Amino acid sequence: MTATITHQTIAVLVENKAGVLARVADLFARRGYNILSLVVAPTRDHRFSRITIVVDSETSSIDQVVKQLFKLINVVEIQELSAETSIERELLIATVEVPVDRKAELSQIVDEYYGKVLSDAEGQLTISIEAGPNKIQEFEDLIEQFKVVYLQRSGRIALPKIGRSIPKHTAN
Amino acid sequence: MTDIGKPGQINGAHAVIKSLEEEGVEIIFGYPGGAILPVYDPLIDTKIRHVLVRHEQGAGHMAEGYAHATGKPGVCMVTSGPAATNVVTALADAYLDSVPMVCITGQVALASIGTDAFQECDTTGITRSITKHNYLVTKAEDIPRVIHEAFHLATTGRPGPVLIDIPKSIVAHNNPDSYFDWYYPDTVTLPGYSPNITPEESSINEAIELMCEASRPVLYVGGGVLKARGAKQLLELAEMSNIPVVTTLMARGAFPDSHELCLGMPGMHGNYTAITAIQKSDVLIAMGSRFDDRVTGKVDAFAPEAKVIHVDIDPAEHGKIRNPDISIVGDCAVAMDMMLAGFKAKGGAAAFADHSEWIQQVSDWQTQYPLTYIQSEPGEYLKPQYVIEQLRDACPADTIVTAGVGQHQMWASQYWNFDHPYTWINSGGLGTMGFSIPAAIGAKAAMPDRMVWSIDGDGCFQMTAQELITATAENIPIKVALINNAYLGMVRQWQELFYDERFSQVHFGHDMPDYVKWAESMGCAAFKVEESSDVRAVIEKANQINDRPVVIDFRCISEEKVYPMVTAGGSNDNVIVHPSQRGEDS
Repeated sequence: MTATITHQTIAVLVENKAGVLARVADLFARRGYNILSLVVAPTRDHRFSRITIVVDSETSSIDQVVKQLFKLINVVEIQELSAETSIERELLIATVEVPVDRKAELSQIVDEYYGKVLSDAEGQLTISIEAGPNKIQEFEDLIEQFKVVYLQRSGRIALPKIGRSIPKHTAN
Repeated sequence: MTDIGKPGQINGAHAVIKSLEEEGVEIIFGYPGGAILPVYDPLIDTKIRHVLVRHEQGAGHMAEGYAHATGKPGVCMVTSGPAATNVVTALADAYLDSVPMVCITGQVALASIGTDAFQECDTTGITRSITKHNYLVTKAEDIPRVIHEAFHLATTGRPGPVLIDIPKSIVAHNNPDSYFDWYYPDTVTLPGYSPNITPEESSINEAIELMCEASRPVLYVGGGVLKARGAKQLLELAEMSNIPVVTTLMARGAFPDSHELCLGMPGMHGNYTAITAIQKSDVLIAMGSRFDDRVTGKVDAFAPEAKVIHVDIDPAEHGKIRNPDISIVGDCAVAMDMMLAGFKAKGGAAAFADHSEWIQQVSDWQTQYPLTYIQSEPGEYLKPQYVIEQLRDACPADTIVTAGVGQHQMWASQYWNFDHPYTWINSGGLGTMGFSIPAAIGAKAAMPDRMVWSIDGDGCFQMTAQELITATAENIPIKVALINNAYLGMVRQWQELFYDERFSQVHFGHDMPDYVKWAESMGCAAFKVEESSDVRAVIEKANQINDRPVVIDFRCISEEKVYPMVTAGGSNDNVIVHPSQRGEDS
């Protein structure tokens, strides 16, 4: 993901019921919308979960995605969170094989990105960073110079920037 | 059977039937089987009529026919697995045509779900994208709530089918867990559901301004007007504004065909005037229509000069195909009521710019390019258009007509004179062959005093003809006009026009099967008509028969094509009219 913004984050509040994620995923598949990432977690109110979906806004009409999503009976509220109006964060964890003489170099990169070393054993480091989309991508590119054994990104979550009012699509 | 519940308790099976009674259900179209067996027991003791179909797809289409005719939700009930998959076609049909319907399917016992048990399938998974909503009920005490929600969802907002999948264990009389204290909710709690009924006043006012200024306005009316029960408002609006009306395939009858402002059906096989009036319009009022590809042809070339006012209850229809200039999200009838109030405040008819030139232009097109065909020569088989004209003229004006899909459907829509709403029932969106007969049975079951004619093709007839056994057995005497042209006619037409007359897998033959014998074996009166001069007399004979279904095998010529025609994906500027209407240069 580069600096050109070709994505849109959509935060979808859903009823916490069996099969709701399948309904959302099915809708994207059925209408040919592309998902870049998708995160589901319960909210403070356990009756609801929030599904945060990053949609490819070049190939999908965000207006249609939102309207079609809202036709799902279990979808309660939708917020469109653009890169300009929201804070977007993602977690990356990776296990990297690193020779002893380059360990300091890797640690320095991790420090520069405010990351952490979670584990250090058998010539491998498990590291994590939490950052916005561009920084995450930069970091992932940087550590490619080492031997990456495992790498996993969490998918993106987002909140409105303080002071920004982001319209909510609701049932009422 | 032993009732093992505590005093005052009810079991899940009774709860299903009792809930349906609470919802005012009159008829269930269904078919029993293993997983739904427990629910068929209390059915014996209810006043609700059960129509035993011969194939579950038939149950679904009958429920649709019932719903189309009455506006009330159609109900069907079938078992799990293959029964559920058989009803899938009808659910998809109801979804695309926004038909209110509640479908109850049996499911294997809760403990067996996911084990590939006998007659198990993932019914809610399979039907997720072809229902407005669906439920897998996991507790008996949820049954009344879910059924109440299902009827609410099916009938409010943009109507549609709702499926309820009920595991056998929660309706079984010998399972203590299937018993609970009876209740019936009078409200629904659906935090994510609140249909937009009343449009924004500002959007209505903008539309009023635009309509008043228009010089070439057209009302492009879709099925949404019928769903909103808005035919009365439409008539008043059209007459006050003097704006011509086209009615799409799903809206035939929403505006009287015999009205001078009615231009008939637009689209791929619409008439020249309806297509061209839209095409040349400067203000297009899409009223409960959805810019279906069969109407628009090539979208980029559709009504290029028109400013579009789109009225639809479903927000997702706005901007899906064509970006409207004015978007009115709400119920069509409510929107038209608001418009009418606005126009009246501005002086009624006087509020509109003079567009008499436009009316004259439209009228000239009608004179120049009426629907036309050439009657067959004596000794030749029948012209389908002639058959439908004769049928139209021999039947009461409020006759309900159903159709399958293909040439006969287009001719029925073109040549019938629909002067009343809810007299035309067909499969528009999904284009489901075989829809006609079961839909006719559903409509006739709902309205036994009305004449119901199924206009059907020979291909369609062979898909669902077995439901005529249902019609006989249940005393639902529909009439079938079989347009037997020995071919899958529409496919044949395309192969003739676009595949160099290379006819591939489209020939059925007039005589295989013997339709008269087949119909008689199913308890119908049956006739065969081969000569034009006999058509009317046989129809009149059929119209006298009310104690059993009637099938007339109308032997039609195979080569007749549906005109006008706009090629798939072609521009509506290029209407192919009947050969007799083409000038020397074409």
